[in-house]
Amino acid sequence: MKKTLILGVGNYLLSDDGLSIHVLERLQSSNRIPDEIQMVDGGTCGLDLLQYLEGVSNLIIIDAVNRKNAAPGTIIRLSGDQVPAYLSLKISPHDIGLPDLLATAKLRDLYPQNVVVLGISPASLELGVELSPVVAVQVDTLINLIIEEVLQIEAI
Amino acid sequence: MRAVEDALKIQVPTNARIIRNLIDAIQFVQDHVIHFYHLHALDWVDIVNALSADPKATADLAHSISTWPNSSENYFRGVQERVQKFVNSGQLGIFANAYWGHPAYNLPPEANLMAVAHYLEALDWQREIIKAHAILGAKNPHLQTYLVGGMSIPVDPNSESAINADKIAQLLGLFAKAKDFVDRVYLPDVLAIAPFYLDWAGLGEGLGNFLSYGDIPLIDNADPNNPEHLFFPRGVILDRDLSKVHPLDPEKIHEFVTHSWYSYEDESKGLHPSIGETNVNFTGPNPPYEFLDTDKKYTWLKAPRYDQKSMEVGPLARMLIGYASGQKRVVELIDSILEKLNAPATVLFSTLGRVAARCVETVLLAEQLQPWTMELAENIGKGDLRIHEQDHWEPSSWPAESMGWGWTEAPRGALGHWIHIKDGKIANYQAIVPSTWNGSPRDAKGLMGAYEAALIGTPVADPSQPVEILRTIHSFDPCMACAVHVLDADGNEITKVIVMD
Repeated sequence: MKKTLILGVGNYLLSDDGLSIHVLERLQSSNRIPDEIQMVDGGTCGLDLLQYLEGVSNLIIIDAVNRKNAAPGTIIRLSGDQVPAYLSLKISPHDIGLPDLLATAKLRDLYPQNVVVLGISPASLELGVELSPVVAVQVDTLINLIIEEVLQIEAI
Repeated sequence: MRAVEDALKIQVPTNARIIRNLIDAIQFVQDHVIHFYHLHALDWVDIVNALSADPKATADLAHSISTWPNSSENYFRGVQERVQKFVNSGQLGIFANAYWGHPAYNLPPEANLMAVAHYLEALDWQREIIKAHAILGAKNPHLQTYLVGGMSIPVDPNSESAINADKIAQLLGLFAKAKDFVDRVYLPDVLAIAPFYLDWAGLGEGLGNFLSYGDIPLIDNADPNNPEHLFFPRGVILDRDLSKVHPLDPEKIHEFVTHSWYSYEDESKGLHPSIGETNVNFTGPNPPYEFLDTDKKYTWLKAPRYDQKSMEVGPLARMLIGYASGQKRVVELIDSILEKLNAPATVLFSTLGRVAARCVETVLLAEQLQPWTMELAENIGKGDLRIHEQDHWEPSSWPAESMGWGWTEAPRGALGHWIHIKDGKIANYQAIVPSTWNGSPRDAKGLMGAYEAALIGTPVADPSQPVEILRTIHSFDPCMACAVHVLDADGNEITKVIVMD
């Protein structure tokens, strides 16, 4: 049985950066994700998340995503080589972000066969635990996309 | 939490004290190892240069410094091939944004290859030992089991979900692995790399003033001013004088905002954090800008001062205060390192001194992980299952008004929280975190903080690649970005270090 992990990352305290926590809560209460699929609220844990990638074949990451020319509220899907995996110059170990985590996973042979990032382009990163209105209205669509993604994986 | 416990005069039960000590210790050990290998080592180790190392000579080097088993010629050849693969696959850009080939890298290729191998091993090591956090704290780094008055994790030899004999055995196993890596990889690596960078024992000194609140109470009812009661003693060292540890008086702590984007009624004076204010007053410049004017307000950090003086906090401060207090094991370890490097104690006041102090501190704590676990097991064995003080849980039991100071030593240094509780509510709350001490801007008198002072006189070979600046800044282990984690799909460079004349 191939293992699938839904991993949310981001800072809950910074409005749209906390997208994944809002989405995970909704997914959990929706009962539409099969029990065998693990969901992890990765928060701002950085390299500590490496342990959850062990044995995972399909990884679905939920995060706020910036892309050039993408208006706030745009739903973004990245897969294959589009998923950034690099070790970046940093001042503090607290800068360790998703690309570092994924690059490190590659170095340790923990990189899953299929990696998909699903997210929304943020409108606000101000202090606050609510999503901005433009992002909030897109959450239902994002959740449906995640469930579709899961169903496709399950069908393989 | 400790601020509230101080305000309400709560004494946590013995089990909670020991579990907190254990969580602290394993967090320090993990944090320091990860800081060294995954952040700081790349300032000293040239990964690309490791490709030209001779695996046989690397194995010889590894055997000469440690009995660590992953040290064969074949092992290092395998690591080299793996790195080569990643360097070749340009599309990954996995080691992008670094300063490979910079003339300030001094290590021979074999030392670089050995360090790269340990960089990779440290990743596997941390994935394993982090399970101790899962047992004691639920989730790292934002632990979930702390509670005012104790811990929320039950202690019960007869319950499967509580801290029981099985969990104690698991912890002992994980802690043995933690200590082994520190003793046979981290410490030998630091000792092997340091001789190639002895010029950094004369650079990056900074202030010469050091402060520690002290932490890790070894007994219940510990007296924080008694160096025997705290694993990290409390105190202040002034003007690099190691012959005297001054007692710490928390009333002498004040924060200035003269050069910070906040306002006070009278900015020529500092405020004690118990009556501190945080009134945001951003005066620009608005981005994008070329540089910040240090004569004006230029940062979101306030400027904490002790007795009107700037202070350095962190592993170097703690180890110097332990050393000057005559703590036996600290003195033994520091003296043995100084002897190996054939250097006087004054070399500790430097960038390299910070690297060494962080390593010594890791060795000290790793040694205590198992004995402290046994202390917990013995206390539970006596039939003491208390984990939480219940007497102050109901707000009706609180005084109408109270003030509290929560002090601790975090991996990065002295951390203080001040609380004013009035009518069952928080009336005021202020925190001074370690990176505010070290990264402090200038104060009303123009005194610099630790980073600024430490960078003065640092030679920079190539201003477009200022690895030398990063060496000193990273040696403080700054915590500046526990913040936004938006993914940039275009892989843009977000952090860039620029040297100004």
